[in-house]
Amino acid sequence: MVTTVKSRGYRVFQGINAVILTGVVIVTLYPFVNIIARSFSDERYIVSGQVNFFPRGFNVKTYQLVISDPMFWTNYRNTVVYTVVATAIAMVLTTCYAYVLSKKHLKGRTVLIWVAIFTMIFSGGLIPQYVLVNSLGLTNSIWAIVLPNAISVFNLLVMKAFFEGLPQDLEEAAAIDGLNTYGILWRIVLPLSKAVIATMVLFYAVSFWNSWFTAFLYLNEQELFPVTIYLRNLIAGATGAESAGAVMSEVSAAAANIQAVTIMLTVLPILAVYPFVQRYFVSGVMLGAVKG
Amino acid sequence: MNTRGMSTTLETPDTREVRPATGRRRSARPGTWRHALRRDWQLYSLVILPLLFFLIFRYAPMLGNVIAFRKFEPGGSIFGETWVGLRYVEMFLNDPTFWTVFTNTLILGGLTLLFCFPLPIVLALLLNEVRNRSIKRFLQSVSYLPHFLSMVIVAAMVMQMLAIDGPINQIVKALGGEATPFIQKPEWFRTIFVSSEVWQTVGWGTILYLAALTTIDEHLYEAARMDGASRWRQIWHVTLPGIRPTAITLLILNLGTFMATGFEKVLLLYNPLTYPTADVISTYLYRMGVESSSMSYAAAIGLFEALVGVVLIVSANFISRRTVGTGLW
Repeated sequence: MVTTVKSRGYRVFQGINAVILTGVVIVTLYPFVNIIARSFSDERYIVSGQVNFFPRGFNVKTYQLVISDPMFWTNYRNTVVYTVVATAIAMVLTTCYAYVLSKKHLKGRTVLIWVAIFTMIFSGGLIPQYVLVNSLGLTNSIWAIVLPNAISVFNLLVMKAFFEGLPQDLEEAAAIDGLNTYGILWRIVLPLSKAVIATMVLFYAVSFWNSWFTAFLYLNEQELFPVTIYLRNLIAGATGAESAGAVMSEVSAAAANIQAVTIMLTVLPILAVYPFVQRYFVSGVMLGAVKG
Repeated sequence: MNTRGMSTTLETPDTREVRPATGRRRSARPGTWRHALRRDWQLYSLVILPLLFFLIFRYAPMLGNVIAFRKFEPGGSIFGETWVGLRYVEMFLNDPTFWTVFTNTLILGGLTLLFCFPLPIVLALLLNEVRNRSIKRFLQSVSYLPHFLSMVIVAAMVMQMLAIDGPINQIVKALGGEATPFIQKPEWFRTIFVSSEVWQTVGWGTILYLAALTTIDEHLYEAARMDGASRWRQIWHVTLPGIRPTAITLLILNLGTFMATGFEKVLLLYNPLTYPTADVISTYLYRMGVESSSMSYAAAIGLFEALVGVVLIVSANFISRRTVGTGLW
């Protein structure tokens, strides 16, 4: 048997596999490396297309430039506030609903489940949603960002699956000891669910941190923008300058540099926590897949 | 769609399981709503806020789609003012731009499906062959990374990569070509879109396949080897059937999002020069509705888009239940 496993064909395959996977790693990482290099480079080298893996004409003056823009910090702070508030609300709503859905004896449970799942299959669409949010008067407020996406059905199903896996006996014992449903949820279930709560907080936080479209749609005042819109407006401005053609040299050079720096600053928190939280995400996705 | 009817198909034996009898159960006649409410009112109270969320932000917009058949006045009722019947439907069916964006949607969605569905399977198979655990973990971590980026950042990176002075053009020039403003060229849009989509999603897509691969019984491989199956035969007869349920589930989910493919990314990456290939139904209805305030017209297009999506996902589910016996419901 061993001979078949370690045959020549298999070694060739392993070699080819290594080459392909190395290629995948390079292709995946290169854009990051290049952006880092650009963010520290002198714009002259960027324009002449000489920045690849390493910065040319190393400097941090574009970082200083971006950091000294008060609007950047306002928008950055908005992103933090929106992420924290939205995640908190989303967690409360999702946990409550998921916990109820996990109670198999509950009358009407299937209907409650389908209320959620149906929205995955059919959605009201952009325009009615837009009209609704406007007519509720949420435009230009944090609520337009926070409320319309307060529950992700995928996350809901993940939590439901997790709660279903908890031992029923504990909850029954607590009920006999006189805890009511709220007490059971708060004192028994949640402490047992730290893993899934951490995962869900991460899922929500990253999606709110990254979101831009709701802000783009419902916020008109610059002071309210999250940092993703700050970045989007930079890109939009830069493409405008490039299509103008002749004047592109200096404008877009500076723009390219500023863009690289803004990308770095926006992505930095995610890159910083990524190594630590990555395995939670993976287990969360698998949990969702098992019973989703 | 009948909610009750679907619920019966969902009900597997374990959902019918009743909680073991406790003292409280005897207080009212079991099985009635009164009994359920008396026993579980605290549980029901927990669903009030989430249900409000679903009703207001998910179901009200579904009803709001009636503005596709009613004339909408800015500042008026969100359900429109007067019935106009199928006027807006006829309008978009006679709109040449609609047919362009419809075709673009199909092409972009089709290409995305063609590449973004099978490539994670291939990558998962390749990763699965890596025997060194720490190398494998490193490869996985790297491949998931792009998934965590905001679409704005992905779009910004795409633009930087493809800029006149960007790395792609450096390669083009090194090979003796002319620097091209890729972002401005309609003929490049589909390539750019699909390849950046692959870059962003392929690694994340492998997670479920890798999980499915670990559940395949080692004995099956042994038996296959006994029968003299080569490595390729083993993949073909053991590995691929083993991950088939996962693949089908993901295929159905992909089909469900087919019509909405890449809305945010298209919106970030396209510009009037690339509209001929880049403009899709969702971006067109965004421009019609939000930018030009033709709410009813845009809602009619959106309703059409959503219905096609439902038909796709329901029929995919039906076909998969008939042919391989698994489906989402």
